[in-house]
Amino acid sequence: MNHFRMEILVKPRPGLLDPQGKAIHHALRSLGWSDTQDVRVGKAIYIDLEAEDSDTALETAQAMCRKILANPVTEDFEVSIVEHTERITA
Amino acid sequence: MRVGVVTFPGSNCDYDLYKAAQQIGAKVEFIWHRQKNLDAYDALMLPGGFSYGDYLRAGAIARISPVMEDIIGFAENGGPVLGICNGFQILCEAGLLPGALVRNASLRFESKDIHLRVEQTDTPFTSEYQKGQILRMPIAHGEGNYEADDQLLEALEAEGRVVFRYVSSDGELSDEANPNGSKNSIAGLTNKSGNVLGMMPHPERAMEEILGSIDGVGVFLSLATNLSTVVL
Repeated sequence: MNHFRMEILVKPRPGLLDPQGKAIHHALRSLGWSDTQDVRVGKAIYIDLEAEDSDTALETAQAMCRKILANPVTEDFEVSIVEHTERITA
Repeated sequence: MRVGVVTFPGSNCDYDLYKAAQQIGAKVEFIWHRQKNLDAYDALMLPGGFSYGDYLRAGAIARISPVMEDIIGFAENGGPVLGICNGFQILCEAGLLPGALVRNASLRFESKDIHLRVEQTDTPFTSEYQKGQILRMPIAHGEGNYEADDQLLEALEAEGRVVFRYVSSDGELSDEANPNGSKNSIAGLTNKSGNVLGMMPHPERAMEEILGSIDGVGVFLSLATNLSTVVL
C-alpha cells in the first residue's frame, strides 16, 4: 500500500451567490485593490489515506466528495494528490 | 398520536418541540440519534440547533447518523416528518427534500420575528390554517438561504410544494421581507408526496401568548388532526 495526501477543493458552483466571497470582495476593494473583479470562497480538505495506487486514491477521494464532502446542489469539487510516499512491503 | 423528537448531538430546540407536541395532546418521546426502529411513532420531528457543530455544512454530518436510515424509511412509507431549522437542513442533506440551505445573504445570523404566508393548506402540517393566512413566528439561523436551480424551483412551484413564504406584515413579497435571500422567498417546502415538511422558522417557539405569538400552533394541530383521522 502507498501513502497519499489528498487535497480536496470544495468550491461554490458558478452562478451561485457566494455572500462570503462578496463580503471579502468588498473588503479587498476598500483596502485599495480596486481591480479585484470577483472573489469566491471554498474550502480545502486534506486527507491522508492508504491506497494501492494513485488512481485508487483519487477514486476514493472522489467517492468521499460525492457521498459527504461536497453538496452537489451548491458545490463543485476538485481532487488531487499533493504527497505520495511509497511503502515497500515484504 | 405518538411523536418522536430526534435529538442529535448539538440539537437545542428538542425540548421546545417536545413541549409543542405535548401541548396538542401527543404522547412524545425523545429519540437519540443512535436509536434504531421507529415503529412506535406516528410522526417524527427533527429539531433546530447545531447538530455536530454544523461542521462541514449544516446537517451534513447529522444525515449519516444511525437514526437517519430509519427516518428515511419512515418518510418513504408516508410517515409524516417535520424538520425545523437545523432539522430542515438535515432533511435536505439527507435527500428527503430537494435543494440546499446556504449562508444567509446578509452574512449575519438572523434572529428575529418574521412573517410567513401560508401557501398550501392541503398538507398534514397546514390544514388548520387558511390559504394566504399571515403568520408571525421567530427565525434564528445563519444558513437559511434556500438554494435550488431554476428547473427545481419551477417544479416546486408547479407542484405546489412551497408551503410557506417570507412576506411583509401585510403579506407582500419583497427583498426586505426575505430575511436570508431564499430563492422565491421560500421558508418551507414539502417533498413530492407531501408527508415531509422542512421549514426554517420556528413554530414550536410560537405556541403561547406569553411567547409573543401562537401562530405556530396550527402546524402541530394540523398534524394531530390529520393523524387522528388516519389512525382511527
